Parts: sequence; structure tokens; C-alpha cells
Amino acid sequence: MQHLTLFRTLVLRPLLAEPLRTALTLTAVALGVAVVIGIELAGNAASGSFESSLTTLTGTIDLQLSANGGLDESLIGKIAQLPLNLRATPVIETPVLTAQKVSATLYGVDSLHVVGNANQRVVANSIVVSTQLAKRLHIKMGDPLTLRLPAGPATFTVAPLIYAKDAEFLALDIAEAQQTLARFGSLDRIDITVNGGEDFAKAERLIRDAAGPGVLFDKPGTRGQENQRMLRAFRWNLRVLSYISLVVGAFLIYNTISVSVVRRRPEIGVLRAIGTSRGAVFGFFLAEALLFGVVGAVLGIALGRLMAEGLVGLISATVNSLYASSRPAAIALTWPVAISAAFTGVAVSLLSAVTPAAEAMAVVPTEAMGRGSRETVFRSHTKRNLLLSVVFAALGAWASQQTAIEGRPLFGYAAVLLFIAAAAFAAPPLVRFAVAALAPLLRTIFSAVGLLAARSLVTSLRRTSVVIAALATAIAMMASVAIMVGSFRETVIVWLDTQLRADLYIRAAGPPQAGVYPPLPADVPNLLRRIPGVEAIDTFTALEIRFEGQRASLGASNPALLLHYGRQRFLPGEDRDAILRSLANSNNAIVTEAFASKHHLHPGSQITISLGEKQVPLRIAGIYYDYTSERGFILIDQATLARYLPKQPPTNLAIYLKPGTPVETVREEVAARTAQYAIDIAPNETLRAGAVEIFDRTFSVTYALEAIAILVAMLGAANSLLALVLERREELRLLRFLGAAAPQIRGMILVEAGIMGLLANVLGLTLGFALSYVLIYVINEQSFGWTIQFHPPVTLLTGALISVWIVTVLAAIYPARLASRS
Amino acid sequence: MTRPTSAIRDNRCVSRLEIRDVTKIYKSGDLPLTALHRVSLTANAGTVTALLGRSGCGKSTLLKIAGAMDFPTSGEALIDGESTSALSDSRLTALRRTKIGFVFQSFELLPTLTAAENVELPLLLAGAPHSRKAARERLDWVGLSDKFQAYPHQLSGGQMQRVAIARALVHRPSLLIADEPTGNLDTASGAQVLALLEAAANDFGAAVVMATHSEEAAAIATHRVQLSDGRIQLSERQLCST
Repeated sequence: MQHLTLFRTLVLRPLLAEPLRTALTLTAVALGVAVVIGIELAGNAASGSFESSLTTLTGTIDLQLSANGGLDESLIGKIAQLPLNLRATPVIETPVLTAQKVSATLYGVDSLHVVGNANQRVVANSIVVSTQLAKRLHIKMGDPLTLRLPAGPATFTVAPLIYAKDAEFLALDIAEAQQTLARFGSLDRIDITVNGGEDFAKAERLIRDAAGPGVLFDKPGTRGQENQRMLRAFRWNLRVLSYISLVVGAFLIYNTISVSVVRRRPEIGVLRAIGTSRGAVFGFFLAEALLFGVVGAVLGIALGRLMAEGLVGLISATVNSLYASSRPAAIALTWPVAISAAFTGVAVSLLSAVTPAAEAMAVVPTEAMGRGSRETVFRSHTKRNLLLSVVFAALGAWASQQTAIEGRPLFGYAAVLLFIAAAAFAAPPLVRFAVAALAPLLRTIFSAVGLLAARSLVTSLRRTSVVIAALATAIAMMASVAIMVGSFRETVIVWLDTQLRADLYIRAAGPPQAGVYPPLPADVPNLLRRIPGVEAIDTFTALEIRFEGQRASLGASNPALLLHYGRQRFLPGEDRDAILRSLANSNNAIVTEAFASKHHLHPGSQITISLGEKQVPLRIAGIYYDYTSERGFILIDQATLARYLPKQPPTNLAIYLKPGTPVETVREEVAARTAQYAIDIAPNETLRAGAVEIFDRTFSVTYALEAIAILVAMLGAANSLLALVLERREELRLLRFLGAAAPQIRGMILVEAGIMGLLANVLGLTLGFALSYVLIYVINEQSFGWTIQFHPPVTLLTGALISVWIVTVLAAIYPARLASRS
Repeated sequence: MTRPTSAIRDNRCVSRLEIRDVTKIYKSGDLPLTALHRVSLTANAGTVTALLGRSGCGKSTLLKIAGAMDFPTSGEALIDGESTSALSDSRLTALRRTKIGFVFQSFELLPTLTAAENVELPLLLAGAPHSRKAARERLDWVGLSDKFQAYPHQLSGGQMQRVAIARALVHRPSLLIADEPTGNLDTASGAQVLALLEAAANDFGAAVVMATHSEEAAAIATHRVQLSDGRIQLSERQLCST
């Protein structure tokens, strides 16, 4: 009870007396927690919808059979003949585009097995639509629905709708699906449901014997788990990025509690003199941090839920572009997510407050009741701070040289934190030395205002250096991510130049999605071959495969054309021409850097992949740079693929024109000859622009997170300057007595903010370069296996740094006005 | 200390500060609190006025009004004939830059500035030329020519107060306001400071107005004003009378 009273008077009342500062700190904590929870919820929603919505149609599944390149439907017959009590459902699953250009998944299923809809057989020419999709398409039972299939448009009548929560899908009878999609005799999957009383192990064994070695067996949910695994690195990095605002916020809480302690030293002294224990004093200030943590976390959870709405679209776009096709699920704020975010917010608040609270605990009555600045104590620690900075930097450098742990760049993250700590400890010496160096210049330019501003920064070294460290951390994250993304972008643009050599590219219509390769009608290449001006057509076949339990893509091309037109870059030391020549009609393959890195492969490594029902040995002839998808690519000769999957249709065409042939004329001719098909024809530039657009969209979320971190740092700067002004009221009044005009006082605060912004920029940029090294060469390489060339985006960085500096000065306007009213 | 020059002796009857019938009422919650009640006094060039009285008698309020730090509820305060109440913020700033110097009980030096920089500060704020030279001269005058580069924490209390006096006089003000200037000092340092204040009146022709509890301080005054409950109880002059 007594402690509660003391808490109210010592902690709560001063906080309420300065509502603006309290609100700034709370906002910073709330934003930090909101970003963490927003990213978590949006990430869950974006990656949580991989589970097939097929269970709605076919009921519980015990086993899923599939094969790279598709299953032969004769397997259904083989399974049916087994002496087992089970149900085998043939499934075709493919993305389609409706006439309204809405993308959805189309299932071909055995209509007899549509669950609970005995009376609702999928009759000829009718299509089943989930209620959610029907809502989006504004259609109802009996309406016509046209699909833009590669082979041409197909119109169906909408059957009674099927309620499937928020799942969006279409379904056709399997036979109709095979006919419509020209997939005769081929299935994507067979779903097995073992009926009650049957021995599951025996059933699996018998089916395996019947199926052949290339058929893949999965338990339901495997695909979802696989995708989650594939997304693990992406989500980890996003999650780590989401903690930046909280780290920046931690500086702010440290600063707020430090200011509380410094300002209430006399009160603490009195409390200690009248018998308050050291532990109780420590507790009061931790309680202040706890208050910030709890209130900030509650606000942050609400704000994070809102933020997730905005973030889910961005994250989902990235998942679709780089990993696997999915549709975002509903955002679900669950208790575990809310509690863990709240716990993180509170823990960060408490940890940030430990040092200042311990300082409060160390106050002795006589010291606290005397006048004098505490800052002088801190100034004597310059050497210690420098030493700690060097030690942390050295540890960071060491950590950045370590390898990943279970595929996670944990040492890379540690290096980031260690470098941030090094910068934080470097801040006080930097302020002292820089201000000493700048003081004559400031005095020359700003006269008394410059002199006072420079000296005042040193007087409040502790607080100014904390704010500078916080701002520098935010700036560094911004700079490092900008350098990483800028370098990556430049690398991708250079790579696109080597990769996209043809004049026109053709694929089935629909939004490009990772791992989705809709087939082209088989006669398209022949239709185009005789167009005047066409020099060569490369027919490319791609399909999603499973390799070592992970998803990857297999492509087949014409090595002679690759050799002639392509500019693929291989890892240093590899002979491009020899490698490409070695592919012709052989079991040699080239793989992307991401694939090699993920599966620890080197030139000469042997791998075995399943194609159809066969096991195919491949030798890695070379590793090439590629930034299409993180899942990785295996490339073989078209003739080699045809040996194992003779019916595999082409998915992309690359058309090379004779020199001087106008691209647009040929494009028009191609469009005219393929008018009956739903295909996309893209000139080289369009494809490049599209790739860069996907790239930019992928990283838009990182920019959003950085903007929030910068905002938190700004709140910190405003808060700290406000604290400095409030604390220096006596000094400011004295300056007025000594003849300082109000604009001079305002100018002094603004110059201080300007110097703080400048030093934060210098420190932030230095730290940013160190962090960009870790991001590019450690975290990125260990997470995604991509080689990125170092290309700092100078203009962007300069603009961003100037903007941050201007905003820092703007953040000082209110404190400056307050100061001039002293 | 040096004796007054003839020019300063001639100015001794020039009024630097005039407090005319000043009443100051503070609002404490809903209750008005009269800190000063119809107080009048004049401080002339080259004189030292000591405001005496117990704590809460109105000394500090009178000093604040005299130094244009606060303003009367009724009546007026004039510095070199100019009423402080009517002045805008910029005119008040100009007044402080040219006509008023302050000395405080706790010295109030800026801890991050050297002695010379502290003294120079009012001139720098005013944008006056040759500020460094003037600061050195004033520090010389208070006998601290060897402490130009010393920071306040490297000085004794007496030395700090001497720096404060140098700062208060660097712009040759008409009026020097001193609030308990010896309150934090030992006897010897206090005596040095009092001698400087007396010399400030004599050498610079400033009207020194000082609030003090100390009899030693009051002893240097040419004009002693005894305050009690916001009213002047006794006003004794040793030189010119108005």
C-alpha cells in the first residue's frame, strides 16, 4: 500500500504532469509492439493458406500420392485392384483465370466423391464454385462462368455453390477437367482415404509396391509444412526486421527512465534518507518501465492488428512471387501471438530500464541532495565507452564470419546486435570529439548560439548520446537495408540483361506465380515458326518438382540456343560454353546458386530426382547465377526431359528475331496467329520492367518497416529534446537574463537538434555500411544463397539521410518554442 | 579598490533605477498574496543599495521587478527612465543586453563554458564586437587573469562569484542586480566579492542593488532599505537623497 502511494507520487504523478513526453514514449513502445505483431499476424495470414481447400470437397485424406511431372491415371486402377478397404480420389489442381481476370484454383475431382453433396453431382458442363469466390465474382447458381484457359475460353454453368469458409476454388468433374485442360491420362494427385478397420501401414506398403519408385507419398499437411519450411528464412528475416522499431524504442525507454532518475535524484535522496530501501527505489523505476511496457503493448496489439491488414497484401505478394502460390488467409489475432508480443514489449521496456533504475538505487542521500550535474560522472567513462565499442565491434566482426546454425544465420543476427551495441558505445565519445572539433566552426557561424549549443550537447552527453545512438540505429537499419536492396536490385538488373536475351516471350495468361507453370497449347510453337523475321524459337518447359522434401523447379531448354543467345553467368572458374555443350541429350544439369546452396551441391555432384514414376540420376555440370525464385531451378536439355516425361507440354517460348526486325510487327503477328488462345506475349522490355516491379514490390514491406523505425527514432529525438528543455529551464532563464533573445534560444535548440541529426547520420551511415555487409554477405547468403554485388544507391541514401536530418530538426521545433518561452 | 573617477562622481545623482509606488500581488490558488505593497525607491549611478529583511519580506520580488525579471501589478519600475512594464520582449532583451547585469547567490555560471567564455557570453548574445577582449579585461579587473581557460568546476566559490561579477559588468550596465551575492561564500571570499561590488559602483558608475541578509554586505551600502511584509520599514541614505 505504502509502495503504491510512493509509486503514485514518485512515478505516476510526474508522468501525468508531462503528458506530451509520456505520450511520445508510449507511442514509441506501441509502434514497436505494433510492428512486431503486425508482421507476425500478416506473415501468418500470408503463409497460412497453403493447405488445400480440397478437404472441403472430398473429406478427410490419409495419404497423398503425387509425382514430378504428373501421375499416370492408370495408377488409380492399380490401387483399386489392391485388396484394401480404401478410397482413392484422382485430383487435378491448377490455377486458372476467369474471364473477369480473377485467378483461382481449379480442381478436377471425381464427382462421386464430393462430400455431403450426394444430390449435387458435378454434372456435365457445370462448375462448382465456393461461396467466397462466387461472392468475389458476383455470380450465383445457374450463371455462366467463362475460364480463360490456355487452349481457349471455356464456358460452364455454375452449379449450386459450396460453402467452404473463406476458401476460394472452382471444381470440375475429373474427366471434364482432363478434357478441358488437355490433360488426358494425367493426374496431379491421388488422395487416399483408408477406411475404418484397415491397417494403414499395410495399405501404404501395398500402394508403394504398386506405384513405382518415382511416386511421392505424403501425409496430409505435408505441403503446408513444406511451404512453411520454405518460408522460414523469409519470415525469420522479416521478423528480425520487425524488431528494429522495438530496439530503437528501447533506447527511448532507457532515455525516458534516465531522465526520470536524473530529475528526481533529490526526491530519491530524501526517500533514501527516510528509510526507503534500495530495492524499493529500483522497483519504482522498473515499475515506470513496466507501465510503459504494459500500456504500450496493449495499444500496440490493437495498432498491430490494424497494421496487419495493410501488411498482409505486401507479404502475400512476395510469397506469391518468390515462393509458392497462395491466397492470404484471414488475419487471426490469437492469444499466443498477443501474449508473446505483449511479453516482448514489456521485456524490452524492463531491460531498457535496468541500468537507469540501478543508478537510482545507487543514489545516496547526501549526493542526491546536493546540487551538481551527474553528467560529469559519465564524461569520465569516455575511454571505457571507446573500449567497449571496439570490443563489441570486434565480436560483431567475429560473429559475421561464423556459419549458419540449422540454416539460420543466427550469428549474423548476433553480429547486427553487436554492431549496434558498438555504435551505441561509440556515441558518447563521438559526441565529445565531434563537438569539440565543430565548436569553433559553430561559434563562427552561429556566434553565442553555436557556442552554447555545442557545449550543451556535451553537458547532457548521456542523454544526447542515447538519442544519437537511437537515431543512428534507425538510420543504420534504413541505410543498410537500402544498400542491400539497392545492391540486390542492381545485381538483378544486370542479371536480367544476361538472362533475358530474346525479343519476345510467350506464356499462358495469368499472373506469374512461383512454382506455377501453366502449359501452352502444343501447337503454338509451330504456329509461330514461319513468321517473317523470326530467327529462332526456344521452347522452354518448366514444372514444379519435389527434391529432398523441398519444392524446386525443373526446366528444360535447348542448350544450343542457350549457348548461342544466352549470357548465363556461372560461378567463378566455370567454363560456360563447355558446361552448356555438356547438357545436350545427357543427364547433365545446371542448377541455380540458390538451389546449390540449399542442397549443398557443387559442380560434379550427383543427384537423383523423381520424374513421373522413374528415378532420374543427374550430374551437376555447373552452377549459375539466377534470381528468379528462392526455391531454385534445375535446368536440363529438352531432349533429356522428353526421355522421361514425353507428354510434358511447353510452358514458355522465347522468340529471337533477325537483326533489324521490328518487334512490334512480330508481336502483332504472334497475337493474330494465337488469337484463339489465352496467352501473354511480352516484349523484352515489358518482361524486364515486370521483373523489376516484382522486385520492388517484394521489398516494399521492408521500406514500410524502416519508415516506422525512423518514426520511432524521431519520437525519441523530440522526446529527448523536450526533456533537455524541461531540465534546462533554469539555465534557459539565466540565458534570458544574460541577454539571450527568444529567437536565440530557439536557434540554440534547433542547432543542437541539427548537430544531433548530423552526428546520428555520420554514426548511422558508418553502422549502416557495417550492417549492409552483414546483410548481404552473411544473412542473405546463409538464408537465401544469393550472391549480391555491392552497389550502394548513392542518390537514394543521400536523399534519405538529408530527409532524416531535416525531420530531426523539425522534431525540435516544439521543444525550441517551449524553450524560448522560459 | 580604486576610488571613483570624477565623471562617475558627477553622475552620482543620476537615477538609474526608480521604483514608483509598486505593488505586486501573486495569485496563490484563489487567494491573492501581496508580496510588495506600494514600495518606492531610487538607485542612483555609483551607489550601492542593500535590500534587507527576513525571508519572505519581499526582497526577491523587489529585486526581480528591479531587474525587469518580473513586473508590478500596479506602479512602475523605470530603468534609465524607461518603464519596464511597457516593453516588448525584444526591448526587454535589449534592456538586459545593455543596461542590466545579474549576480546570483549560486553563481549560475554555465558549467561547460570557460571563465572567459562565461564572461564573454552576454556580449556574444548581443552580437557586440571585441567580446573576447572585453571579457579578458573584466576578468583582469576581478583579479582572475590566470583563470581565463578554467572551467567553473576548477574554481573556488569565491572565484566563481568573481567570474559572475565580471560577466555582470562586461557590458558596462547601468544597473547591477545582486541576489545574496555572499550567501554561499566564506567570510574572506565574501569580503572580496563585496569589495568588487563596491568597485563596480565606483569604477563603472553602476547602480548596484543587492538583496542580502548579511550585515557585512549591508555595511558597504550607500542606501539601506529594510523590508518587512512587503513594505519598506526603513530607508537610510549615506550619500545623495532624492
